[in-house]
Amino acid sequence: MSVAAGLLGSLLGLGGGIIVVPALTLWFHIDIRYAIGASIVSVIATSCGAAVSYVRERLANIRVAMVLELATTAGALTGAFLAGRLGVRWLFLIFGVVMAYSSILMFRRRDQDVTRAPRRAPWADRLRLHSSYIDQESGEEILYRVSRTRVGLVLMYVAGVVSGLLGIGSGALKVPAMDIAMGLPMKVSSATSNFMIGVTAAASAGVYFARGDIDPFVAGPVAVGVLFGAVLGSRLLHRLSNSAVRLTFVLVLLWVSGQMLLRGIRG
Amino acid sequence: MRAERLISTVLRVGVIASLTTILLGTVIAFVHHPEYVTSPRQLVHLSRPSDNSFPHTLRDVLTGLLSLRGQAIVVLGLLMLIATPVARVAVSILLFLEEGDLTYVAITSTVLGLLLLSFFVGSAG
Repeated sequence: MSVAAGLLGSLLGLGGGIIVVPALTLWFHIDIRYAIGASIVSVIATSCGAAVSYVRERLANIRVAMVLELATTAGALTGAFLAGRLGVRWLFLIFGVVMAYSSILMFRRRDQDVTRAPRRAPWADRLRLHSSYIDQESGEEILYRVSRTRVGLVLMYVAGVVSGLLGIGSGALKVPAMDIAMGLPMKVSSATSNFMIGVTAAASAGVYFARGDIDPFVAGPVAVGVLFGAVLGSRLLHRLSNSAVRLTFVLVLLWVSGQMLLRGIRG
Repeated sequence: MRAERLISTVLRVGVIASLTTILLGTVIAFVHHPEYVTSPRQLVHLSRPSDNSFPHTLRDVLTGLLSLRGQAIVVLGLLMLIATPVARVAVSILLFLEEGDLTYVAITSTVLGLLLLSFFVGSAG
């Protein structure tokens, strides 16, 4: 189970938490507090396990990740402050809708790839965000340009707030932000999101640890399983096409948004 | 590129070290308490919030480590895992500094600062 979570998580740039939490609570009847604690650990495990290869193969864009981490960590701090002062129910409803909408957007452009009219991008130029990656499917080097850095920063701040509030890695918000708004190729978005979620999750992991929510006998085995899954998933991503990755992501996103809406409606 | 390889190495070392520590701790815990293997009920009991006995402060972990308790070793492994992304950010500061890329030194240092601040906020709240 943890292996599957890590595989899917690393492939799509999500934390795998969306799989770990329901699986632990529904199948193993583990308390929700410990399930969330274990999920935070699994997010870090996915991120570190997969990023080893994404960074070496230059699929993850380190500069983009660093710039955007500014926004996510600031957001995570805000989220930690706001926690308990906001209705979680409304949050679930809002993010359910946002994710359903972004999954539709991503589905519409499932066949388009990197080809996109170059737009002026002064921020990305100044920060030298443009880069390239080697596509192992075709063996070609694919150049890509980054645009709308400021929009990306705002979206990442929101994603950070969400992860601080709900204790998730919020890769489900990061990937669409990079794919749709900033124009990164899907595989690069997924790999970069993967690289980033470790840092976002580490910020909240300290809080959960101090609260005593990280049970060694729940989180330990989950971390080991997820690590193996993440290493496998990162090998797989190189071989898949951008549209295949995007399609899988859309399906998972729909599922997550459905779950969030349900939790929001149930209250 | 050198930078990518170094960051990748930091992550790999973190992953392997925490993985070994977690596995070692689990084995020690099972050796000390063979009843965990034979009765799943004992194990289920461990994952209930009622008995909040596992270490969750740094001092608990330390005293547990000194007496070689399996639980404490597993927790140490988990903490090493949590520290890995933080170490990755710290190493990239040095890399950007070496490249003379001051914009990115500033960006990365701010990220590290916010990260450390969040740990502080976490332990205070």
